[in-house]
Amino acid sequence: MRHLLTVADLDADDLTHLLDLAENFAEVQRRDIKKVPALRGKTIVNAFFEDSTRTRTSFDLAARRLSADVVTFSAGSSAVNKGESLRDTVETISAMGVDAIVVRHASSGVPHQLTAWTDASVINAGDGWHQHPTQALLDCFTIRTHLGGLEGKRIAICGDVNHSRVARSNVDAFTKLGAEVVLVGPQSLMPASLAGWPVKVESNFDAVLPDLDVVYLLRIQNERLSSGLIPSLREYRELYGLTAARLGRLGPESLIMHPGPMNRGVEIDPEAAEDPRAVVLDQVASGVPVRMAVLYQLVGVGPIGKIAEAVA
Amino acid sequence: MVLAERERNRTPPYGGVFVARNTVLDAAAVDRAIRRMAHEVIERNSGLDEIVIIGLQTGGVPFAVALADALQRIDDIEVPVGKLDVAFYRDDINLRPVLPEAITDVAFDVNRQTIVLVDDVLFTGRTIRAALDAIMDQGRPRAIQLAVMVDRGHRELPIRPDYVGKNLPTRRDEAVSATIDGVHLGEMSR
Repeated sequence: MRHLLTVADLDADDLTHLLDLAENFAEVQRRDIKKVPALRGKTIVNAFFEDSTRTRTSFDLAARRLSADVVTFSAGSSAVNKGESLRDTVETISAMGVDAIVVRHASSGVPHQLTAWTDASVINAGDGWHQHPTQALLDCFTIRTHLGGLEGKRIAICGDVNHSRVARSNVDAFTKLGAEVVLVGPQSLMPASLAGWPVKVESNFDAVLPDLDVVYLLRIQNERLSSGLIPSLREYRELYGLTAARLGRLGPESLIMHPGPMNRGVEIDPEAAEDPRAVVLDQVASGVPVRMAVLYQLVGVGPIGKIAEAVA
Repeated sequence: MVLAERERNRTPPYGGVFVARNTVLDAAAVDRAIRRMAHEVIERNSGLDEIVIIGLQTGGVPFAVALADALQRIDDIEVPVGKLDVAFYRDDINLRPVLPEAITDVAFDVNRQTIVLVDDVLFTGRTIRAALDAIMDQGRPRAIQLAVMVDRGHRELPIRPDYVGKNLPTRRDEAVSATIDGVHLGEMSR
C-alpha cells in the first residue's frame, strides 16, 4: 500500500522489511553527518491536530535527515482555529504539491479518511484509540535490537489497553512477528471484546511477571480516574504498577518499555524507569531510523507490499 | 558474492538471472590482476601510510578484502577495510533495492586519509558518483582513488578509474559478472 494507516495492512514480511531497512538508517544515525540525500526535492507535511512531542519531533527529524523539505503544523497554529474543516485543510495542503502527509488526530479513522482527499501518501502518526503503526515498528525495532528478535518472546502489555492505540498496534505487530502477548490490567480497562485478538488476558500482574521477556507499560491518563474506571492511582500502582518491589521478580535479561510520556509513581516507579533493563530512551532513539525507513519506502521507493515481495 | 547475486536479481531494468556466455578471466587471472593492482597502489602512493580501502556494497566488498590481503602480503602493513552502501545517495533510488544486509561499515576516521574505493564493475559511473557523496559525508579525505575489477565502458559521468583489473569493451545490453572466482560476460535472462 501507498499509505501506512494500520499495522493490519502489513504482514510479517512487510514488518521485517521495514525493520531491516531501519537498520540501514540506524547506521546513518551513528555518523557525524546524520543526513542522506535520499528524499531530496520531496515535500512532507506533518499535520498534528493533537499534541505530541516525541512523535512530531521524530517524524520531523526523520524527514530532515532524508533531505526532504518538511512543513510541520499543529492545530493550534493553523486555520483550524478559524473553523476550517479537516477536508478543506487537507485539500489546501495537498494543492501545494506534497508527497506525504503525516497525520496525528484525536479521532480514530482520520488518516483513512484523508486518503480520499489527497494524492499524497498518508502516514498515520496516531489516530484516537485506533492505531499508531510507527510506534509499533519502533517498539519491535527496540526489542529486536536487545533480544535478537520477537519470535517466541513473552510480552505483557500492561494498563489501559482499551483506550490505547499503542496497544492495538503493538498487539498486532508483536504477534505477527511471533511473540506471545498477554494483556495485564483491570477488567475495566480492557476492550469490551477481544474476539480476534491472539492474546491472553491476566488480571494478576505478579503471576506472569517472572516469565516475561518484555514488560510494556501503558500510560494511565487522569481522565480514567475521573470517569471512575479505576478507583485510585494508589490502588492502580499497587496492583498494576511496575513498582520497585516487582523489579526484583523480573528476569535479569528482560526489558522494561513505555511509549511515554511516563507517569512516574503510577504505572512505573522511578526506580523502574531508571533500571538498567528499562529501554525507554532506546525506544525514542529507534523512532528516527524507523520513521526514516517508512518515509523512504513510501515516498522514495513505492508501495510497501510490492517491495517486500521483490526482496523475498 | 551471494549478496551481489541477490542484488543483481532484484535490480530493474536488468533483473533476472545472469547467464554467462564466455569467461573473460578465471579465478587465477583475477588473483593476478588483484596482485598487480596492489603493486600499483603501493607504487602510486609511495608506501601505505594513511591508506584505507573502502569496498562498495555489495560486489566491491570481496575485492576490497582481497586487495587489502594482497597489500599486506607485499608490504606487510595492515590496511583498514570499510564497506560502503550508497543506496541512499543514488540518483535512481526507486530503481535499486536497498539490501538490509549490506550496511555501511566504516569503522575508521576518513579525514586526511587516502581512500582507495573498490568496486567490481565500472559502468555508467553513477554508483561511484553516489559513493563520492557518501564518503564526503563521513569526512574530508586527502584523496580518493578508484580501483575496479572490470571497466566495461559506457560512462555517463566524467569518472575514470585509477586501477583497472581488466578493460572489457562491451555492448550496453550485455551483462558482466565479476567475482573473486572469475569475470564473465553474458546476458540477463528473465
